[in-house]
Amino acid sequence: MMPEQMIRWARWARSEPWIWSWLATLGVWLATIAFTQGRGSGEVLTAALVFATFTVIVGLGQMMVVTLGPGNVDLSIPGTIALAGCAAMKLTDSENPLLLVGILAALGIGVAVGMFNYGLIRLLRIPPIIATLSTSFIVQSAAIAYGRGIRIKPAPMLADFATARILGVPVLAMVVALGSIVIGIALARSRFGRSVLAIGQNMRAARLAGIAVDRTRFATYVLSAVLASICGVVLSGFSGGAALDMGDEYLLASIAVVVIGGTSVAGGKANVPGIWGAALFMYLLVTMLNTFGASPGIRLIMTGVIIIGVILVAGGEEQ
Amino acid sequence: MCLAAFPAISLTGATKSFGAVRALERVDLVVAPGECLGLVGHNGAGKSTLMHVLAGTLAADAGELRVGATLLGRGYSPAVAYRYGIRCVFQELSLCPNLSVAENTRIFHGALKGFGWKAKARALIGAKLDEIFPGHGIAPDDEVADLSIGKRQMAEIACAFTVTDTPLRLVILDEPTSSLDASTAQQLLTFLRTEVAKGTSAILISHLLKEILKTSDRIVVMKDGKAVDARPAAQFTRDTLVAAMGTVGEHGKAEAAPGAKRSALRASQPVVIRAKPHTGGGQELLVHRGEVVGLAGLAGHGQTRMLLQLFDGGRLADTTVSEPVAFIAGDRQTDGVFPLWSIARNISIGSFATLLSGGLLNIQKEDALAQSWRDKIGIRTPDIGNPILSLSGGNQQKALFARALASLARIVLMDDPMRGVDVGTKQEVYELIRAEAEAGRTFVWYTTELDELAYCDHTYVFRNGAIVAGLGQAEATEERVLASSFHEDSAA
Amino acid sequence: MIGLTAVSNPKLLRSILPALSLALVLGAIFIKLPTAMSYFGLNLLLQYAVPIALATVAQMFVITVNDLDLSMGAYVGLVACIGATLLHDNPPLGVLALAACLAAYAVMGAAVQLRGLPSIVLTLGMSFVWSGFAVLLLSTPGGHAPDWLHNLMALPVPVVPFPIVAAAVIACVVELGLMRSSFGVILRGAGGNSKAVARAGWSLLAAKVAMFTLAGVFGMLAGLSLLGLTGAGDAHIADRYTLYSIAGVILGGGEFVGGRVSPAGAVLGALTLALANSFLNFLHISPDWQIGAQGAILILVLALRALIGAMERRP
Repeated sequence: MMPEQMIRWARWARSEPWIWSWLATLGVWLATIAFTQGRGSGEVLTAALVFATFTVIVGLGQMMVVTLGPGNVDLSIPGTIALAGCAAMKLTDSENPLLLVGILAALGIGVAVGMFNYGLIRLLRIPPIIATLSTSFIVQSAAIAYGRGIRIKPAPMLADFATARILGVPVLAMVVALGSIVIGIALARSRFGRSVLAIGQNMRAARLAGIAVDRTRFATYVLSAVLASICGVVLSGFSGGAALDMGDEYLLASIAVVVIGGTSVAGGKANVPGIWGAALFMYLLVTMLNTFGASPGIRLIMTGVIIIGVILVAGGEEQ
Repeated sequence: MCLAAFPAISLTGATKSFGAVRALERVDLVVAPGECLGLVGHNGAGKSTLMHVLAGTLAADAGELRVGATLLGRGYSPAVAYRYGIRCVFQELSLCPNLSVAENTRIFHGALKGFGWKAKARALIGAKLDEIFPGHGIAPDDEVADLSIGKRQMAEIACAFTVTDTPLRLVILDEPTSSLDASTAQQLLTFLRTEVAKGTSAILISHLLKEILKTSDRIVVMKDGKAVDARPAAQFTRDTLVAAMGTVGEHGKAEAAPGAKRSALRASQPVVIRAKPHTGGGQELLVHRGEVVGLAGLAGHGQTRMLLQLFDGGRLADTTVSEPVAFIAGDRQTDGVFPLWSIARNISIGSFATLLSGGLLNIQKEDALAQSWRDKIGIRTPDIGNPILSLSGGNQQKALFARALASLARIVLMDDPMRGVDVGTKQEVYELIRAEAEAGRTFVWYTTELDELAYCDHTYVFRNGAIVAGLGQAEATEERVLASSFHEDSAA
Repeated sequence: MIGLTAVSNPKLLRSILPALSLALVLGAIFIKLPTAMSYFGLNLLLQYAVPIALATVAQMFVITVNDLDLSMGAYVGLVACIGATLLHDNPPLGVLALAACLAAYAVMGAAVQLRGLPSIVLTLGMSFVWSGFAVLLLSTPGGHAPDWLHNLMALPVPVVPFPIVAAAVIACVVELGLMRSSFGVILRGAGGNSKAVARAGWSLLAAKVAMFTLAGVFGMLAGLSLLGLTGAGDAHIADRYTLYSIAGVILGGGEFVGGRVSPAGAVLGALTLALANSFLNFLHISPDWQIGAQGAILILVLALRALIGAMERRP
């Protein structure tokens, strides 16, 4: 009986790859609270939820882009976060009434960056990695030039929203969870979602099946950039202002959560719950290594080793 | 003669399956030294698989391969084949486009190394090109990417005949003349005879029966993965050869003959497609509503490009396609199937318009649609939620037909869709196409199976990207189609 | 006029594009700063050309076989840190550490080939690992370059500035090895049509491992030469080198897929980048816009290339 059950379980786990990141999250959390003998277990979780939320926002966008198939990746996320954050802070000028202007400007930046990205990919026929890299240079420069020395606090409303909690659960996390559900449904049941999945499996077949390949890819790159700009706004709201380097860690993090979360790097298969699991895992891993007193060097090495380990295990099976 | 005591190469009991499909079934093949063996058969008869087994690029499931007296065991590979002097010119391009012709020769020969290798490679390939194709116009330093498709094929053939440190024993040529013009093809065949006279063996695969009959000493006929006939070439005529190859659609032929009603379509129904191939001049493609129109000619002479041109019809100025189109791929893996999806999702992707309600796909409707088409065209699966890859090739193809036919498209473009499909499935699909055409759907059908043209109301023959002939149902005989596909350059 | 004949021949135009870009930047410099047109001035302007050229060549090896190394910068930084600590304090241990880095590159190549891993993700993960080790070795900038290294990089060459001589040597060596040698043909062929190369009996695994290891070797040389120039190490000393190396290959006329690269072009591309950097500094262009300017140059070159490509396709 046992082996049969195990086989069934293993088969289920393979069809639901998000389970691994959640198991890993649980394991890391248990190890952490075992070390602290249960002290602060709740706080660690809440903090993880808050910080994971930001990673999830950009992770979802990156997930959609990666799902478009091999070679598709958005490297302009950090620059967009910084520029959108700076623009929102500067235009809002800490005034509630101007908040809408700031947010609209940030969203506008997202749309523009996404359009520019896909324009380069399409018109210059260059791989997305180079296109988004070139874009990121320019966006980053614009952010630096535009936001130099800004010390502007976010509008109180934005700050309140970004830090509010209901029954101990961050409001922002709830909103993003809702957004994740929308994206999950869109992937399974909307024309756009199905188109993205089809293009990721086989772009040529998708075109011949009558799918609007160009429009879908364009929309996906815009979506990713818009999500990055939203992340820039809420992140500055949360941390009391925009900083030029605040997007830097999200380049690697966004790709890492996509890979660890069970989205196929070969394209055509996306996984929303996995993004959450992986984002929580990444944060809790760092917390655990900190609790254990690991040096920054060890933390970096562990992160890299885990990313590589996951693609060695998961990526190989796809091929 | 002592040498002739052993054959150059002998293969016994070669068997190879791809999933449920038997590509080779206990095939025996012997080639004597200094013999040119012709290999003929319809598409999917197993010729290419056999050749890949001989070249070492595909391992047979069972069978023994001997070169001379030596038995070559498990570790047979392209490298071993090279050592024993077995060379192969594949149908698809096997040159590196980023390298020069001389550099490609170097890739082919491990012995071309050390100081001055490049001069040696240049001299080697240049001399061989001069020998086979006098006046070829290819410089050894030309980058392959810059050469025309015909010149690439010439370079590849010449490369296969160059010799460095291992002897040349057997050269396998798979459709070597498909991209060559008539005079170059003649140069090659003449060279082949002189080379064979020197003791080299050759296997020649060609659709061109005249070429085979004239050039080979002996002919092996393949059918459904088996070698069904083998005789000296002199004992075959064109007709006996055709008879030995067998006809794929034999039993369907009687029903296929259309009545006078169908041939009247051309006169009575409006034109729905009007296009001239972008790839060349020639006649205009005209398709009337409810017709089944065949695109014939040798593989890769512009038929697929024509279909793609029609697929993009709405966006092109010089192409009129007045009704919505759907495309059925022949190369399922690269053009058709979404491998991660279920059968149902693979079918429904063509029908978003009918399945959307309030911006979201109605899953019940999606399943019902897939279910009804499974029953209608008999996709053999217990559950349409199963992965598409759980189906056999023929049933995957049926799913692709279901995708196109379930959609709102009134014109269906088919890109040689019966590739690698079993005979039973073929019959079912032929009937389906006929029934849909009767109901007013229009079909444009590129096929490499001449027999399938019997199901077409009108046939256009392609050569070098241009339409060179338009034939009515009764005129589209094998002779007429072949005559238009080949060497008319001499007549023109 | 060269220009006129080139315009009518897209292939020629494409091949002289790298040299043209370099000439353009040089021209701009000499117009703005006539004093730079001297032994001393060029030496200063091209200070960092050698490590950038070496990193670019390293990246070029990986690009030849259709992969991309996003860990190049972190790796160059790690090598500099090893050089400034282990190699200085305990040479045998330092050599051993460098050898381990090369072995890691070989394993990366094998993993990409055998497991079909996307190199982008693999090297992204490796960039964490390299930085981690670098931070472990040097948590704050410091250490000392070995004297021999420092002396080598300050080698007084008469008449022609050292960076130019070094760049020429690098270009010649790689051009001979990759473009002229009989084994270089196999390695490039593996990028152009891997199936054909495998059919001819060559091991694709060996080709991939060779290319990644070569990338490791040249990346190492880049790290050491950089250390020789700066005199001290820092884990983040070369973070920008990932971008420099990719941009250098592109400026040099290399393509991302299909094994079509040019070592001489890559070195020219690296020189262009190094010059453009120094030039922007001299012009007192705010450092804010320097990365942006690089992005713009990259896009400009790619746009030019797309234009030439369109010309080629036209019959």
